[in-house]
Amino acid sequence: MSEAILATHHLQKRFGAVIATEDVSIDLRAGEIHAVIGPNGAGKSTLIKQICGGIQSDDGWVELMGRDVSKLNTQKRARAGLARTFQISELAMEDSVLENVVLGAMGAKGSPWQFWRAALKTPHLIERAEAALERVGLLSESETRCAQLSHGQRRQLEVAVALTLSPRAFIMDEPMAGLGAEGSKQLTTFLDGLRAEAPILLVEHDMDAVFALADRISVLVYGKIIASGTPDEIRASGEVRDAYLGDTL
Amino acid sequence: MRIEERFVNATVLVGLLGVPLWALMIEEPFTITLATRAVILALAAVGLNVILGVGGLVSFGHAIFFGIGGYAMGILAFHAQTYSELDLGLFSTSGTNSMPVIWLVAMGFSAFSAFLIGLLTLRTSGVYFIMITLAFGQMFYYFAISWPSYGGEDGLSIYVRNDFPGLNTLVPFQFFALCFVILCVVLFIYARLQASPFGLALNSARQSRARAETVGLDPMRIRLLAFVISGAITGLAGALFADLNRFVSPTMFSWQLSGELIVLIIIGGVGRLMGPVIGACLFVALEHFLGGFTEFWHVFLGLILLAIVLFARGGVIGLLTGKEGAHV
Amino acid sequence: MSAILIIEQILNGLQFGVMLFLMAAGLTLIFGVMGLINLAHGSLYMVGAFAAAAVAGWTGSFLLGLAAALAAAALAGAIIEMVVIRRLYSAAHLDQVLATFALILIFSEGTRWVFGSFPLFLDIPEALSGPVTLPGGIQYPLYRLALIAIGLAVAVGLWALIERTRIGIQIRAGENDREMIGALGVDISKLYTLVFALGAGLAGLSGALVGAIQSVQVGMGEPVLILAFVVIVIGGIGSIRGAFVGALLVGLTDTLGGVFLPELFAVFMETSAAQKSGSALASMSIYILMGLVLIWRPTGLFGARI
Repeated sequence: MSEAILATHHLQKRFGAVIATEDVSIDLRAGEIHAVIGPNGAGKSTLIKQICGGIQSDDGWVELMGRDVSKLNTQKRARAGLARTFQISELAMEDSVLENVVLGAMGAKGSPWQFWRAALKTPHLIERAEAALERVGLLSESETRCAQLSHGQRRQLEVAVALTLSPRAFIMDEPMAGLGAEGSKQLTTFLDGLRAEAPILLVEHDMDAVFALADRISVLVYGKIIASGTPDEIRASGEVRDAYLGDTL
Repeated sequence: MRIEERFVNATVLVGLLGVPLWALMIEEPFTITLATRAVILALAAVGLNVILGVGGLVSFGHAIFFGIGGYAMGILAFHAQTYSELDLGLFSTSGTNSMPVIWLVAMGFSAFSAFLIGLLTLRTSGVYFIMITLAFGQMFYYFAISWPSYGGEDGLSIYVRNDFPGLNTLVPFQFFALCFVILCVVLFIYARLQASPFGLALNSARQSRARAETVGLDPMRIRLLAFVISGAITGLAGALFADLNRFVSPTMFSWQLSGELIVLIIIGGVGRLMGPVIGACLFVALEHFLGGFTEFWHVFLGLILLAIVLFARGGVIGLLTGKEGAHV
Repeated sequence: MSAILIIEQILNGLQFGVMLFLMAAGLTLIFGVMGLINLAHGSLYMVGAFAAAAVAGWTGSFLLGLAAALAAAALAGAIIEMVVIRRLYSAAHLDQVLATFALILIFSEGTRWVFGSFPLFLDIPEALSGPVTLPGGIQYPLYRLALIAIGLAVAVGLWALIERTRIGIQIRAGENDREMIGALGVDISKLYTLVFALGAGLAGLSGALVGAIQSVQVGMGEPVLILAFVVIVIGGIGSIRGAFVGALLVGLTDTLGGVFLPELFAVFMETSAAQKSGSALASMSIYILMGLVLIWRPTGLFGARI
């Protein structure tokens, strides 16, 4: 078994009396897609924030490449190699597509501290940004203002920004949401190839995509991992069926 | 009708230079002084536009830096004028009448105060930031009133305008030209800054803080630096303003002034290069013409402002070019 | 320094504090329920003071003046809410700031237009004038004591209104979840107008009450407004309890600092220098207090924790 790139250990978070996550220990190994599924309110969003920063865990810790990153804030975790995409697009809507991706390229280099040369005329930023746009098929839209993009294009842009970071691991929060059949299929193909570059922790509701892509699946219900295994094992698990999948399969 | 923003910008600068030139020819020095006032207010608002327009933080305390710049000039020139020593503990100085030195001191102190205030206030955002900057402005205002060494409430008069090498600054047009050149230089720097990686980062942190953080950028540090730059520019404007009036007083720290600086930006267009310049020209023109027509011209200013907020987001530049202002 | 002086100054601080609370309570309520930052709250304070001075001068009755202050400020509040403020609830903070700044300009200059630039005077009513002897032989102005009593009474009344009445339930619901009050079947726009008018009325009341010990003039509202901002920043935006605690803290700090800091400095400085630095520092004391609270708790003492 290969070494874990990313691992959570006994993560826990409560909001008042409500338990959002409890004793969540999952890992992400090189070359794999590990999907986290679960009903709404199961604590998936909380878990992502605990991994990527933004919520301080009550207990447990997160390791990236064997290093404890729990005490780091969001931006430091990003620089350490975590690339997150958002369920609801977080983009600079007034800016062009290219500017959004250049921002990622800048972040990857860790340097916004350049004050004179225009960002859009800085060759290494542009190269990196355009390469990412090309890969998600958005290069033709680079001049378009982000606010004018379709929903699907915004999802693609989210992924492109994550690509510019050349991360150690991707954390994707429902990238398929609202994409439609054709879009989901394209993104599924794309993510399939992406795992060789860096492993993906995929939080997703689209079960077709999950079972098509995932090497392993963990099921989160009421903040706890109730099952973890290969897609076949999960499909076969009676407990998962009862708790979550029901008769959707 | 849609007009290119570039064309609007060029027209404004040419107009701003043309009016005093014309006034020079027909010997109307007062018009030149008005134009100088517009240029200096524009400079102060360009400073504010860095943190407000690009950074999206509504600083309601920028009069702090305007006042610090003003008092930097006032205190240095006061000691030079009275041949008295200014004892700063580590060293003492007998003041100066040299504008470049005064500008450096004004910008240095403004930047330093902006750094300290920014450290405290930038931990917050939104309404908290507005209220706290407003409160800090008031703190400086009352401090200036209650500190008697430099005139307290009455302010401080400087009898002769300070010197700039090679110019006679008491000639209105020469002082205007000096201020105009400074404004152009700062506008150029602003434009470069806005397009630079730093400007892009600042701009996107305004639109989505989460986005900036997720790509590994630190919004707090970026905003802090922007606040410092912003304060330094407004401080420089304050020093020039004091030299224009040859007088400084606590009103340079007043909350009304902070409010007016915001108003200038809104009238012109938020986050637009020339927004503050257009705003300042219109403001000074309104003040002059409406003020000549009625003592209560602020009522009309208020109504115009309401109309802009409720119906014309994007200000004058927005109306002319069809582009919206930055959303703050 | 005598104990009498200290007690006197504490009472002065309390009096200042409860009047600040009247301002801050309205502001924080309006922010909590509608999410609006209202710079024109100081104008409503001024409107109250002018209405009281005009009506009291005309009728000779201080009580009628107070009633007029409440009514005029609440009415002015309701009108600007319906004409302007209502369009700003979903707008950016910058728009709110600008529009309410515009309202200040209109109110201030409009008042100057009507009443002129000279201050008006509002006399303390006969029954409340003169000093009263407190236990311990302290002579203290009866009117100021009355202000403390009124302020505390309003605080209790507000607490009862919010905790014990139907409108209070709706207000609290509005603070927690704007969609929920719609679901409760409440007419939101009426509720908002009511809350705004209530806040305005409180501001007008405090303007009139304070107007009797200071002069009534244009521009009197804004310094108080900014102090009220300091109060809410310290107390936590949206929290009435925070506004109360913050107001008393600010009132006491400002009053006691102004009196005792110069004295304190005189212990280790020569008198004139101590006077200078002491009063300069005193003028900054509440802002320093605010800064300390911010370092400790960026969202204020009773604000929602992030």
